[in-house]
Amino acid sequence: MSEIRASSVTPGTPQPTSPTGAAEREFTVKERSQFQQAVRRFLRHRLAVASLVVFILIVLLAFVGPLLWKYTYTDITPDNSQPPSLAHPFGTDSLGHDGFAQVLRGLQQSVKVALCIALVASTLGVVWGGISGYYKGLADSVLMRFADLVLTIPAIALAAALGSTGGGTWWMIALILGGLSAPLVARAVRGVVLSLREQEFVEAARALGASDTRIILRHLVPNAFAVVIVYATLLVASGILAETALSYIGFGVHSPDTSLGLLISQAQSAVQTRPWLFYFPGLFIILIALTVNFIGDGLRDALDPRQTRQRR
Amino acid sequence: MLAYVIRRVFMSIPILFGSTILVFLIVKFSGDPLEGLKLRNPPPPPQTILNEERRLRLDQPLWEQYWLWLKNLVLHGDFGPSVHSNMNIGNELGDRLLVTLRLVLVSVLIALIFAVITGVVSAVKQYSVTDYSFTFLGFLFLAMPSFWFAILLKSAGIAYNQATGTQTFFTIGDKSPFLVDDSAWGNIKDIAGHMVLPTIALGLISYAAWSRFQRAAMLEVLNSDYVRLARAKGLRSRQVLVRHALRTALIPLTTVTALDIAALLGGAVITERVFQWHGLGEFLLTSIAGRDAYAMMGWLLVSAIIVIIFNLIADLMYSVLDPRIRYE
Repeated sequence: MSEIRASSVTPGTPQPTSPTGAAEREFTVKERSQFQQAVRRFLRHRLAVASLVVFILIVLLAFVGPLLWKYTYTDITPDNSQPPSLAHPFGTDSLGHDGFAQVLRGLQQSVKVALCIALVASTLGVVWGGISGYYKGLADSVLMRFADLVLTIPAIALAAALGSTGGGTWWMIALILGGLSAPLVARAVRGVVLSLREQEFVEAARALGASDTRIILRHLVPNAFAVVIVYATLLVASGILAETALSYIGFGVHSPDTSLGLLISQAQSAVQTRPWLFYFPGLFIILIALTVNFIGDGLRDALDPRQTRQRR
Repeated sequence: MLAYVIRRVFMSIPILFGSTILVFLIVKFSGDPLEGLKLRNPPPPPQTILNEERRLRLDQPLWEQYWLWLKNLVLHGDFGPSVHSNMNIGNELGDRLLVTLRLVLVSVLIALIFAVITGVVSAVKQYSVTDYSFTFLGFLFLAMPSFWFAILLKSAGIAYNQATGTQTFFTIGDKSPFLVDDSAWGNIKDIAGHMVLPTIALGLISYAAWSRFQRAAMLEVLNSDYVRLARAKGLRSRQVLVRHALRTALIPLTTVTALDIAALLGGAVITERVFQWHGLGEFLLTSIAGRDAYAMMGWLLVSAIIVIIFNLIADLMYSVLDPRIRYE
């Protein structure tokens, strides 16, 4: 099984960007850095830009919203089981909790977990894949076989087993899910590093006496940046789906705290009687996953234009 | 070919081995399975706790516990003692495997068929209204939390049943506890009726991912030289599409399908939870909650074997799809 995984090239996987040569200075056009070029390409991707705006608004809502809204998620109002109204835009549950305040809190926890998953997975994945690709040999085999192992086991089973003890705190869930997604990043980074380590600029760095750590961190990893950033973005989307699923089956965020998954789990028996409790958290999950996927698409096009087919 | 299959099966043994060790350690460090018993009020006699510890082999060192489990499994087919003293893990897994497998297999099959059809149509009619609609739906389904969609389907099924006053959709369990018509046909109808909604719920997300994938693969093939040649020499377009392009474009999808099986088994855990099926998913969740180490390892072994079999099938599919690949 391992060798299929190692050799599979998926059409969506970004390829490493090769280092471009020194800028030609004879042209009269304004010189742009690689970063500026990427930004320009990203801005041309209208759907991605719109998604980025929506996503930023959602994040702002999640973190600033609870400070401004008149109820907190633990407040019990005298109105129970109210449909959405001006006083309670997302209705209330049977105990009188304000739905909007609860969704804001759930949103905050879920977004926090999803962002941390991406951060943990890409940091760990860069180190993991970097070492594996650079040193090759035994270290590579051991690290990659371990990655295969983690990916063979359904992630939800491992996460639930790990979460049954440490679960309940958001950062623990983020660490667990991030760690379980790290092999994906590691594999991609390893691929880039493997192909780059043979190139002349690495040889030159080595000839100049650069240490292994310096070569990996200053020369190889920056070249894998495009791959990592795209992966990290997509991991935010899969992360929020994973966290909400974990909370739904009861091994993620626990009451009295809340997350979007937990809110849906609590509302599942009341889909017909109090549908507002069920639909709003779900809509936010979809909105986040959707916008993040579009942002990821835009980033892929922007950072690695060779991947783009026909659309310019 | 046979030699290749046998070699592959042997090569997968270290993975099975490694994954059971990993899960064993995780469960062991996740807490005391007898916590519930010890906290019981009034407290049970110390002898009961000791007996339970002996029965669950908790009095032995860690490596000894694992070794005993492995030895009994290989020699006697014994999956080890469960926290629930009256449960035989092996038998329980066998019963539940059938339930989960029919859900997963049918979902995979249906998702694949629809993914290939929509992927090909999208690629052939690139940037048409059809393509954009499929793309939109694909992105939407990909962003949808599976449990949310499953609950939605379930409540839609209930609403339909109530509105029509019939029992068209079954929304609870994998089969009815009592059947009026207990013939073979009656049983099949009952099981199929229970399967409709969970299958859609489980298959939808894979469908979304796979159809996007199939579209990309198909586009790549359609723009290749040999397809242009096939067209240029005057083959009918249907023949070009199905015999020349599609066959090649199915190879990447085969890989992705095999890789996604682990995720699908995880998805089945959630689908089963929503529809209250008594399958492997429920088994897993109760074992985790009870810190039932041997039950979890049994579950893991079964799902790892499913993943390995699917990967093997995928490998053999390559040689069917791509005549250049031959396994010696």
